[in-house]
Amino acid sequence: MTFDIAAVLFQDGVANGAVYVLLATVLVLVFTVTRIVFVPQGDLIAFSALTLAAFEAGHTPGTVWILALGAALALILAGGKAAGERNLAGLASAALWFGAVPAAIVLTALFLVPKEAPLLWKMAVTCALITCLGPILYRLVFEPIAAASPLVLLIAAVAAHFGLSSIGLHVFGAEGVRTPGFAGPPLVVGDLVVTRQTVGVIASSLVLVGLLSLFFRRSLSGKALLAAAHNRRGAELIGVSATAAGRTAFIVAGLIGAISGILIGPMTTLYYDSGFILGLKGFVGAIVGALAIYPLAALGALLVGLVEAFASFWASAYRDVIVFTLITPVLFWRSLASPHVEEEAE
Amino acid sequence: MSILLDLERLSVRYNRLTALSDVSLEARAGEVTTVIGPNGAGKTSLVNAVMGLIPSRGRVTFPLWPKAALSTGARVRARICLVPETRDLFGPMTVLDNLRLGAFVARSERGFDMEARLAEVARLFPRLDERRHQQAQTLSGGERQMLALGRALMLRPRFLMLDEPSLGLAPLVVAEIFRVIEQLKRDGVAILLIEQNARAALRVADHAYVLEGGEVQLQGSAATVMADARVVGAYLGMGRTGGAQGPVAEPPERIEGGLASGSEASRPARDAGVHHARTRPAIGAAS
Repeated sequence: MTFDIAAVLFQDGVANGAVYVLLATVLVLVFTVTRIVFVPQGDLIAFSALTLAAFEAGHTPGTVWILALGAALALILAGGKAAGERNLAGLASAALWFGAVPAAIVLTALFLVPKEAPLLWKMAVTCALITCLGPILYRLVFEPIAAASPLVLLIAAVAAHFGLSSIGLHVFGAEGVRTPGFAGPPLVVGDLVVTRQTVGVIASSLVLVGLLSLFFRRSLSGKALLAAAHNRRGAELIGVSATAAGRTAFIVAGLIGAISGILIGPMTTLYYDSGFILGLKGFVGAIVGALAIYPLAALGALLVGLVEAFASFWASAYRDVIVFTLITPVLFWRSLASPHVEEEAE
Repeated sequence: MSILLDLERLSVRYNRLTALSDVSLEARAGEVTTVIGPNGAGKTSLVNAVMGLIPSRGRVTFPLWPKAALSTGARVRARICLVPETRDLFGPMTVLDNLRLGAFVARSERGFDMEARLAEVARLFPRLDERRHQQAQTLSGGERQMLALGRALMLRPRFLMLDEPSLGLAPLVVAEIFRVIEQLKRDGVAILLIEQNARAALRVADHAYVLEGGEVQLQGSAATVMADARVVGAYLGMGRTGGAQGPVAEPPERIEGGLASGSEASRPARDAGVHHARTRPAIGAAS
């Protein structure tokens, strides 16, 4: 291997790693607030890229129908529950978040995004569509079982992933897409050519990790979100609704998923089911950070990207095997480093 | 004194099991109201329902803060706090973070001073102050109880519910907890105290309810309930006269020939100050 090849592989690895950083960050965020290993995050990323591609091609993206159907179901569930409890405030909140907001976004996507609209506007509507899916997914799949054990939540998350990717196949089709990148010529650093897209992905990952890390370590609001995961009832007793905390986490997950999809769309071809393998690699990174520490999870995700790049050069057939084997020593080390804790039987 | 909490025919059911049936109860400003009773009497279900943590039938009203009845969060914002039997602390967080989170809903209110509240709780529980940077899950049982109480006090509650604050604690710690309860009472905080340690509870209380099998069997001023022969027999131990921290035997699981036995008609009120729950005017005598 020459230096040039190593440099290219390194650049590739860092760019892919930055994508996994975005994923790992969301996995840590959702897990620390809700104890859910959010497998469908990868699907949100794929849907985001597929949505933007559909806008570019002048079609109505299938996401519109997923959002409309999901919002209707969530509205029936949340509205029905609030009506049963004669809770007017709950009814109003359900009508707003699962009625008015998704309806406005769906109508915008249907009628206000012509093919010749500026790319930024299409990206904004894509972000709105995917972000809105987050809390709806939480309401439909996770909120009814929010107090269940992490294992049950994981099973529900896997089921949600299969559900989403099946719906994805139906509404997006099996074709892969690449979305347009940021305009502008690539940057040249010495012998290396770096696309603006790569710089964008790396910069957004760094900013995001920093912001989330600060938010959860320093602010009382961040700690209140964590409190909801540590002890749901304790959180209720200090006036923090665990449901609201979960919904907030899923809104952020949706937003980051949307941004991730827009960022990586131009770098790789994405299919309706590309999310799963992306999600798994982000998960390996998150595990390095013990599903709790943002900077460590980010480092782990970068490591995954680098190992993947070099593995694909030396042993491309075994690339994924090598990446997933990374998790074994990490788990072994963690099992030695942290005492065994019985799962709380709440 | 004005009524802070008014329960009317409150019932709680878990599937087929009835935990509470038709419990009516009042708690007044500036008073300590206690609910005593054996294990499984429905005491914890009572406070959980009052706090809105579990579904219930009947009416829970807070006459001074009508909006509080909407949700648990609304109660907390109205400064109605519960210190649960299970403490429900945030284990991996430090003592300081647990305390700060206690005042979460008040953090941005005008005039709220987080540091002053922390200092106030530190004054009540110096031991917590010494352990402020320690994780809550590393505290001893007594310290956890102090932290749970301290967390609720961060909000300067107007109505405080304490569920078995002395459960499983060493006598010295129990004494300290009751010292704080008395201090809060002097400061004018209304308290609903759920206790198995009937002697200690009745000493500090103004008004008392005896709950058995999910029903209020007896109620009246604390002094009259304490003097009731059946209460003495079932809860205070025959002829025992220990201090608040004295070892009060846990009441028997099932009270033979106790308050719960016999039909309504065969159980006339023996003491002029003590009334059966279904004859409501009893509370007036205490205030």
